[in-house]
Amino acid sequence: MTDPTDLTIAEARDRLRARDISAPELTEACLSAAQEAGALNAFVHSTPDTALDQARAADERLAKGDAPAMCGIPLGIKDLFCTRGAPSQAASGILKGFRPEYESTVTQKLFDAGAVMLGKLNMDEFAMGSSNETSVYGNAVNPWRRKGDDTPLTPGGSSGGSAAAVAAGLCLGATGTDTGGSIRQPAAFTGITGLKPTYGRCSRWGIIAFASSLDQAGPMTRTVRDAAIMATAMCGHDPKDSTSADLAVPDFEAMLTGDIRGKVIGIPREYRMDGMPDEIETLWTRGREMLADAGAEIHDISLPHTKYALPTYYVIAPAEASSNLARYDGVRYGHRAKLDAGDGITEMYEKTRAEGFGAEVKRRVMVGTYVLSAGFYDAYYNRARKVRTLIKRDFEQVFADGVDAILTPATPSAAFGLGEMAQADPVEMYLNDVFTVTVNLAGLPGISVPAGLNDQGLPLGLQLIGRPWEEGDLLNTAYALEQAAGFVAKPAKWW
Amino acid sequence: MSIDTETAARVAKLARIRVDDADLPALAQEFNTILGFIEQLGEVDVDGVEPMVSVTPMRLKRREDVVTDGNMADKILSNAPDAREGFFAVPKVVE
Repeated sequence: MTDPTDLTIAEARDRLRARDISAPELTEACLSAAQEAGALNAFVHSTPDTALDQARAADERLAKGDAPAMCGIPLGIKDLFCTRGAPSQAASGILKGFRPEYESTVTQKLFDAGAVMLGKLNMDEFAMGSSNETSVYGNAVNPWRRKGDDTPLTPGGSSGGSAAAVAAGLCLGATGTDTGGSIRQPAAFTGITGLKPTYGRCSRWGIIAFASSLDQAGPMTRTVRDAAIMATAMCGHDPKDSTSADLAVPDFEAMLTGDIRGKVIGIPREYRMDGMPDEIETLWTRGREMLADAGAEIHDISLPHTKYALPTYYVIAPAEASSNLARYDGVRYGHRAKLDAGDGITEMYEKTRAEGFGAEVKRRVMVGTYVLSAGFYDAYYNRARKVRTLIKRDFEQVFADGVDAILTPATPSAAFGLGEMAQADPVEMYLNDVFTVTVNLAGLPGISVPAGLNDQGLPLGLQLIGRPWEEGDLLNTAYALEQAAGFVAKPAKWW
Repeated sequence: MSIDTETAARVAKLARIRVDDADLPALAQEFNTILGFIEQLGEVDVDGVEPMVSVTPMRLKRREDVVTDGNMADKILSNAPDAREGFFAVPKVVE
């Protein structure tokens, strides 16, 4: 019998329904895999009692033969999601000790579908980072290593713990969130699949806010089919999030036919960056050939405002963050600084926030404060919002011209070493999101699919971008790409 | 445009984050790097372009103006660093 932690969600569902394996058995296998994997620092709060209670309840539903697809499936939950009674601190010192009295809509939907929560996963503080190095819990570590080299590598970020846990077989799937690439970049760095749905598909309620006009939750899984199954359970309208779309959620898995004949795939010329490594260029060309061989029509397209996406993002995201993070003031939850005699409320705010936030979060909150401040609001914030309109218009134009999906690399490189970027200025780290950030600015669905290994034996991903609300079609194209790429490599266990 | 230590100190104050004087020059330098990167937005012709308000055009839903939740002061205070007699407690605000 194969190790249960190697099962995909689809396989586990079938085995659970066939009563071939019980939900508690599967959960226990994952809990012990997670316990042995301390070196990856992926799980930062373990919730074994909850997990086993949920698994036993799932087993009862399975016994009655009335079990949704996610019933009994062990998941890891990114620390950004509020989970009732369990630590939920966005990997920040300022939320140390915070245990929400409520459940995020996405986790509630997963639990209603019978899913099991193993624990909370590491991430960059408040989802601000591309390497999981800004976490108060310390770095998460990529289960992949370069050939013949044991340098610890980043799993990417911000959903680095989610990516590491899924790739290492500690859980069958994980929730992630994506504000500028935080699902797709770590998925690419760890050889797994990561879907960012259309803005408004998943409720943001109960997910600790970073940049509300960009944030979107999504599944991180080992296969496209698993992403389809998990997304079906996560998506849907929620009256508690005013930007949540009141649209029916199709059964995404049922849309996976693998038939993409006649589909039009756009290749945007602006994504061919100066200094792009050969291995990325080669992968992209192979992706193009694979989709053409599957019967798609390949068109070269132009998205002229692409180069302005990152600077636009680095105005809008910090601006929204500075406003969202104003709530961490030491009054209602989390950390409060020790005060000196005579300190008043302003000192309490300033000391609490100086102690509670890490360097990157402080930097972004202050940049956001600056671009929103009197005299600069028009020059920075309003201008960025106008450029954002143009970026979205670029996509609308190519979709109107008949393009069904857009193929790009997911990241400008394979996973880099932890600490390698320590001396770099913040902008160099921001360049990691160069291919993914446009998708958030335009509110579109995007998916990263593992497509090959580089010379050093590290996974590389390709990104597909779809039309708004057409995740089903996007997943189907990703499914065809996955089948053609035939990526089956797994990291050799060293942890 | 370049940010000096005085501007960095003002921004830190506005953001209610204490920054030691010794750290202000480095902070100003980081702001300058980031703002230098953002400056390229100045090249884009945005004449007649509306600033984006919502990425997906949608009419926000309305609901009945009625109370749907409440009576959970204990839960709301349960995470407070300092709660007393049903209130959040803070240092003295008025003399």
